[in-house]
Amino acid sequence: MKIRNRGEAEKSGLNMTSMIDVVFLLLIFFVMTFKIVELEGDFSVRMPLAGSDSMTMDPTDLPLKLRLQADENGKLTTMSLNEINLGTDFDQLRANVVELIGTTAPVEGEDGPEIEIDTDYNLRYEYVIRSITAVSGYKQGNEVVKLIEKIKFAKPRR
Amino acid sequence: MKVKSKKVDLAEGDLTPMIDMVFQLIAFFMVLINFAQTESNDRVKLPSSQLVKPPEVPLEFPIILHVAQDGEIILGGDDYTAETLRVGLQKELAVIKAEGKTVQDANVVIRAHKDTSAGDVQEVIRVAQEQQLENFALRVKEDNS
Repeated sequence: MKIRNRGEAEKSGLNMTSMIDVVFLLLIFFVMTFKIVELEGDFSVRMPLAGSDSMTMDPTDLPLKLRLQADENGKLTTMSLNEINLGTDFDQLRANVVELIGTTAPVEGEDGPEIEIDTDYNLRYEYVIRSITAVSGYKQGNEVVKLIEKIKFAKPRR
Repeated sequence: MKVKSKKVDLAEGDLTPMIDMVFQLIAFFMVLINFAQTESNDRVKLPSSQLVKPPEVPLEFPIILHVAQDGEIILGGDDYTAETLRVGLQKELAVIKAEGKTVQDANVVIRAHKDTSAGDVQEVIRVAQEQQLENFALRVKEDNS
């Protein structure tokens, strides 16, 4: 009986300290390295060097021209699509694109409409992405309606 | 003597629920940890757009260029300017050519800071075009709001 008692007492008093130390170290490691992953996606832009395929280009098939102007702080001041002044309203830009190309049958792939973005040098990149978002489509519920898929940039303005 | 024995009880409090909790926390962080963070850069805060979706198939032969707010370009851990980027791109292209692919197969992924000037991004594209690169991807953050 004596032996049994001793054995039981030792078992229940098992030393947890070292395990808890290690477990806390692991916990701290995972907490410190934890980073919420932000989902990212791409806008693809196909821009071969100018002049390489200009021979095959149809002169009647000119791209839409989007001009973005900025103040000295890089803030967007005016946008114009094919010389139509749109102020700084991206919804207005989208409405104009819809009007120009129509939404009934969005043309996919190589034959779709093309837009050339001509931006001031110091305009903040965020505005460029917002204008690309406006011209490349819109969300209808969970569906994305595509408008213009071919996007290119004009020569940088210095 | 009775009081003494009570003190002993307090010192040997039941650790089971705490250990359960701690293991749960460890399991949670282990599952969510993502080591594949090599693409991101702390100096770049991407702009966001509602239209982008994470690609189902990863891009082939990506060349990832980070453009920081001051226009500095980071490629493979090295800093470049628009003038010196050519050297960095040539190194990348040498690797791609060594794998038996052409320059046109490569995709240039541009991760530019949202407040950088658009002209700096255009310069990056111009330099890459001079190296015969033609497929560009402007990386943006998905905006679900």
